Amino acid sequence: MRNFLLLGILVLAVTVASNSLFVVKQTERAVMLQFGEIVNADIEPGLHVKMPLVNTVRKFDARILTEDSPRQRYLTLEQKALEVDSYAKWRIVDVGQFYISTRGEIATAGRLLAQRINDGLRDQIGARNLQEVVAGERDQLMLDLTADLNENTAADIGIEVIDVRVKRIDLPDDVRSSVYDRMITERNREAQELRSRGEELAIGIRADADRQATIFRAEAYRDAEEIRGQGDAMAANIYAEAYQKDPEWFAFTRSINSYRQTFSNKGDVMLLDPESDYFKYLKDGDIAK
Amino acid sequence: MAWNEPGNNGNDNDPWGGGGRKGPEQGPPDIDEVIRSLTKKLNGVFGGGARSGGGSSGPSGGFSGGLLAGLVVVAAVIWAFGGFYIVDQAERAVVLRFGKVLDTTVQPGLHWNPPMVDEVSLVNISELNAKTYDSNAMLTTDENIIDIEVTVQYRIEDPVKYVLAVQDPERSLDNAAESAIRHVVGGNFMDQILTTGRDRVADDVQQRLQDYMNNYNTGILVSQVNVVQAQPPQAVRPAFDDVIRAREDEQRAQNQAQQYSNQIIPEARGESQRQIEQANAYREEVIAEATGNASRFDQLLVEYQKAPEVTRQRLYIEAVEDVMTASTKIMIDVEGGNNMLYLPLDKIMEQNGSGLGGASSTQDLRALAEQLSPYMPSANNNSNSIDRSRVPTNTRGVR
Repeated sequence: MRNFLLLGILVLAVTVASNSLFVVKQTERAVMLQFGEIVNADIEPGLHVKMPLVNTVRKFDARILTEDSPRQRYLTLEQKALEVDSYAKWRIVDVGQFYISTRGEIATAGRLLAQRINDGLRDQIGARNLQEVVAGERDQLMLDLTADLNENTAADIGIEVIDVRVKRIDLPDDVRSSVYDRMITERNREAQELRSRGEELAIGIRADADRQATIFRAEAYRDAEEIRGQGDAMAANIYAEAYQKDPEWFAFTRSINSYRQTFSNKGDVMLLDPESDYFKYLKDGDIAK
Repeated sequence: MAWNEPGNNGNDNDPWGGGGRKGPEQGPPDIDEVIRSLTKKLNGVFGGGARSGGGSSGPSGGFSGGLLAGLVVVAAVIWAFGGFYIVDQAERAVVLRFGKVLDTTVQPGLHWNPPMVDEVSLVNISELNAKTYDSNAMLTTDENIIDIEVTVQYRIEDPVKYVLAVQDPERSLDNAAESAIRHVVGGNFMDQILTTGRDRVADDVQQRLQDYMNNYNTGILVSQVNVVQAQPPQAVRPAFDDVIRAREDEQRAQNQAQQYSNQIIPEARGESQRQIEQANAYREEVIAEATGNASRFDQLLVEYQKAPEVTRQRLYIEAVEDVMTASTKIMIDVEGGNNMLYLPLDKIMEQNGSGLGGASSTQDLRALAEQLSPYMPSANNNSNSIDRSRVPTNTRGVR
């Protein structure tokens, strides 16, 4: 019997201990409630004591949490539609406020946050044109949105938004196909430009080659004629020097050589007058005798 | 949270479990034996009290108390054994003692931490992990759309942050990477990304991603970001490929023109060279000819001056003889004025033309001469080498 008593005491001690001791991990924040009333709004990590049945402890994830927002359609300043999805990084800063406003549900807080982000994004994107949203002011947009959210979230929900980022910024499908069309025409233009420039350069190269070739030929002609002229002049000089010694004799020898040259073919038909000097003896044999 | 979280390395934190439940499962079959022997020893220690008061309760009562103590001891032993764990060289362990993080991480080796009091998380800080993000239809600054594939290599630099600061560090990385990639792509022109700017895109993404990781306290170090692939979307790719082809065409046209140029310029140069060489040849030729002719003339002149009359006569006759020998002759007595001589010159030319240089031409001429012979005033007197024909005028008759 005594042993059973001992056992009973042991069990009771363990039960009490397990109900009165609790651990708050580094990753958690906790509130202690006493009959529903918050008595300690921020319990440090570590081993703590509470009164069983009187106190209840609610623990929440104190790490940085992620809220993924689904894809939404927004309009930019110039009324262009964009499909945007985003995520937010947030964490609980005011555990008491968080417990009060969300009944301690992370999911509820996330939902509240998602709605605010949605509104915020709509405002921020609606105040900018597409170019600014996609490129120019992406960082600024996010900073503004984060700042706007943080004005209220800490007081309302007890959370702090660390960062909001858009992931995708897409054009709707119909717009996308017209973007594709535009991209294609741009490329076609570029391709045409390249080909035409190639032709242009090719024509230039050919023309340049032709010019060089023509100049080469012309210069060669010039030089060749000059050389020929030198030859002719020199030859004329030599002839003149020789022939001047007896011009009449030159005329005679040159002429008879020329006759030989001229009538060297059977095709040359001569109509001869027998009165000519050559036939002097042919005609009149007496003279020959 | 659950008491038994996955990843706390098999440490049994279940406060109610302990040895009591596990004993029978894990213990050897003769556990009763062990317990009995332990009980005896324990009874020896607490024995006095138990025996003195237990006269009436008997051995059964003593046995029951011993069993209880035995269970406690077994539970303690199992609890103690559960505290051992090994930290691999690549790992560090983060220890939470009653939920509160200890200042230092546990280095590689065999370690012991009290189960249920300490919670141990092993984190691999050396392994380089890689993730690939294949993102389609991304907007660029110039409102074009591209597909891009990026790999991110990372490792865990700060295990404490990795374990404690963020709910899901890997998912945070995924989100942040996707956002960073799109942000950087959105800040660049399409042509830059597709051609030269890949490295810069990778650098920018890495920097931005690291900033996010630091901001979110993930303890992740982004060690490298690579743009594996960046290309236009499928729908427009043919047009882009055509640009590449056009670039080749541009080059090809130029090459062909260059080829043409390389052909005609050297040819023209060669041609020029030939013309000049020909001219040089001509010059030398005419000079040599002139010199030769002049020399011949000079020498003949000397002889001529010695005997002018004879030489002159001889040369003249020789020349005329050569001329006569070589050509076709028709002798006409054209003494009278009003001649109506019909001479089929064209026929003669034709015959001679057809028989130019041929042996038959002499024959033809003979035939011709014979045709004409009736009109000839006198017979041929020297026809061995020269056909001499006299064609009378039809009115004058034969002389």
